[in-house]
Amino acid sequence: MEKRIKITINGETKEVSPGTSILDAANQSGVIIPTLCYHKDLCVAGNCRVCVIEIAGQKRLAAACATPCEDGMEVLTNTLKVRNARKHIIELLLSEHNADCTSCYRNGNCELQKLASDYKIMTQDFLDLVPFRNYTIDNFSPSIIKDDSKCIRCQRCVRTCAELQSVNALTMSYKGEHAQITTFFEKSMNDVVCTNCGQCVNHCPTGALTERNYIEDVWSALADKEKFVIVQTAPAVRVGLGEELGFDPGERVTGKMVSALKRLGFHAVMDTDFTADLTIMEEGSELLRRLKEVIVEKRGDVKLPMATSCSPGWIKFIEHLYPDFLNHLSSCKSPQQMFGALVKTYYAKAKKIDPSKIVSVSIMPCTAKKFEAARPEMRDSGFRDVDYVLTTRELAIMIKQAGIDFLRLPDMHFDRLMGESTGAGVIFGATGGVMEAALRTAYELVTGREVPFKNLNITPVRGMEGLKEASIKIDNPLKEWSFLEGVQLKCAVAHGLANAKIVMDTIKKGDADYHFVEFMACPGGCLGGGGQPIPTNPEIRKRRALAIYAEDVGMPLRKSHQNPEIIKIYKDFLGKPLGEKSHKLLHTTYIKRSSF
Amino acid sequence: MEPISDLIRRLAERHGRERSSLLPILQGVVEQEKYLSEYSMTQIARELDLPAAEVYGTATFYSFLEYKKMGKYIIRLCKTITCSMKGENQILLAIQEMLKIKVGETTPDGNFSLLQTNCLGFCHKAPAMLINNEVYTELTPEKVRDILTSYINSNGGGTKNVNVSST
Repeated sequence: MEKRIKITINGETKEVSPGTSILDAANQSGVIIPTLCYHKDLCVAGNCRVCVIEIAGQKRLAAACATPCEDGMEVLTNTLKVRNARKHIIELLLSEHNADCTSCYRNGNCELQKLASDYKIMTQDFLDLVPFRNYTIDNFSPSIIKDDSKCIRCQRCVRTCAELQSVNALTMSYKGEHAQITTFFEKSMNDVVCTNCGQCVNHCPTGALTERNYIEDVWSALADKEKFVIVQTAPAVRVGLGEELGFDPGERVTGKMVSALKRLGFHAVMDTDFTADLTIMEEGSELLRRLKEVIVEKRGDVKLPMATSCSPGWIKFIEHLYPDFLNHLSSCKSPQQMFGALVKTYYAKAKKIDPSKIVSVSIMPCTAKKFEAARPEMRDSGFRDVDYVLTTRELAIMIKQAGIDFLRLPDMHFDRLMGESTGAGVIFGATGGVMEAALRTAYELVTGREVPFKNLNITPVRGMEGLKEASIKIDNPLKEWSFLEGVQLKCAVAHGLANAKIVMDTIKKGDADYHFVEFMACPGGCLGGGGQPIPTNPEIRKRRALAIYAEDVGMPLRKSHQNPEIIKIYKDFLGKPLGEKSHKLLHTTYIKRSSF
Repeated sequence: MEPISDLIRRLAERHGRERSSLLPILQGVVEQEKYLSEYSMTQIARELDLPAAEVYGTATFYSFLEYKKMGKYIIRLCKTITCSMKGENQILLAIQEMLKIKVGETTPDGNFSLLQTNCLGFCHKAPAMLINNEVYTELTPEKVRDILTSYINSNGGGTKNVNVSST
């Protein structure tokens, strides 16, 4: 039996397990202690001091997040001393913070602003230091803007970049009053190892790190009578958007989202899930081809395991940090870019629209997608394939600006031609989803039978564990695939770049015997993406994942190759997976980047 | 002088390639180069397999690790309260007047850089300054002019330090 320790919080006795922080103990018993530098995803830093509390018998106040409970401890969270200390701490933070809230992108969703409001900081007892400082705003990146004048140096971004992502683009530089968060040699985020994943943006309590927003560009496109504006929505958006608009985490708002996009004036509202299904057709075929090339043809230049290529944060990560392993990547574009390339070719032709008049917008849970869309090679349609990328948060802002009462919207369906999808496309939004979707199709392609999992749910690849493994034995394949008889197909799933690094290091050492690995840059996959509603934390990620799998189960079709629009596009336009047209429009190349 | 990449490799072999080896390696590079260039930092990062940003963060944290190009002689004048009360300001003016540089600058010939530093522990002999690793105390404007003159005159003789301090 585990030893329990007794503490009292504001006079109420509570039993907790040893090692519990005072902050967690208080939260468990319904006492709220304000925090800033604390985040459930990250290690404890204890540097903002907003969570100070009084411990009976101790003169100094202690940080609740960084102090473990001790047996017999008496904690007071609401004394005059504590309240005044917190107020002073907030005032001190504000004295160095550019508190021009009305012109701040995080106005209304800022943790510092909320604290200032809760503690009613009405006076200014400390000298405002902002005019005396030279702050830098870095807006060279297509994805992320870093404004040092808003930074409170809580270092959540530094911890995120190091702990969750193992990227370490950001660091704490200088010391004391000069301390600031910088990149290597204070270069632009665009010029360092930054993967644009946006996890720093999602974890920033203030407006110091924000996504570069393209809201006005999209409004202008919608107002232009010459233009035909098409929008695609990623699978994870439908399970996150509701949080910004009055729903609880985990609510699916697919139908309402489609209605809202139509009311915003988009001429066609279609689904990235469609190209997620297409990705499965291409990527699944590529995997089988690689297996054949390695097992039958014994080709040394073809590499296994094959790595997925849907996550642009992961792509930039491997380009920077494992540039010699790019041949492990699938050559498939991400679903967003496949969609972009098809909209200005296939869709334009079918609907007889001049592709130069098409503005292609995507709604993504992701900031790295903004960078991806701007990559010079992503112009295979002859135009920029995806013109603007908005995050889930930006879409919510547009819906609010348009005066749409989201809660009361009717449900609507995606438009035809590139709007049909299967459950396999939907689960792309969760970690393990691409793997599961690929297995559902590839296994059936090879054996002619469904994957041997109950209700098609390949549960070993689901869940929030950082690294997941699964293997499927191929028995009795169709004649064409007879070389796969008895092969144990070994798969792995990694989410969060820190986990991706672990897998890559085993591949680098030559210790990995996987055939296929799914990599997602963000913890939890796209549903925990850098462009998703703030806050995102382990609990919220779990709820969004449940929603994704509920959406999958609710779909009439759950295997990519059954999607009638996919069958149609191969019949009418693409020919066959990995065919000539596919090669031109749906596949891409990668470039080696510097790791420093 | 040893090429920087060789120097860094040699330092790494001596101090190890752990995260904790970073500081002595940074110090070793500064000893020879007087400062840490962007190139040195990326080389160190590569050698120790550390993120470049972490090397930069460490280098900027420590006062005696410079990350901008420095002159052959780095003058560090103590700016803390005792020296300040004993006329540090007059010394600063004398140096600035003589070398025609301000705090943070380097003379065009690349010989002198002027910086301020926190307490050197010579409060009892204030005002004090460092030139590279040499301490000079109980400074007066005349004395500091003599010291700098001796450095200027000795400059033909390489890095030889002429110690005219009265400590």
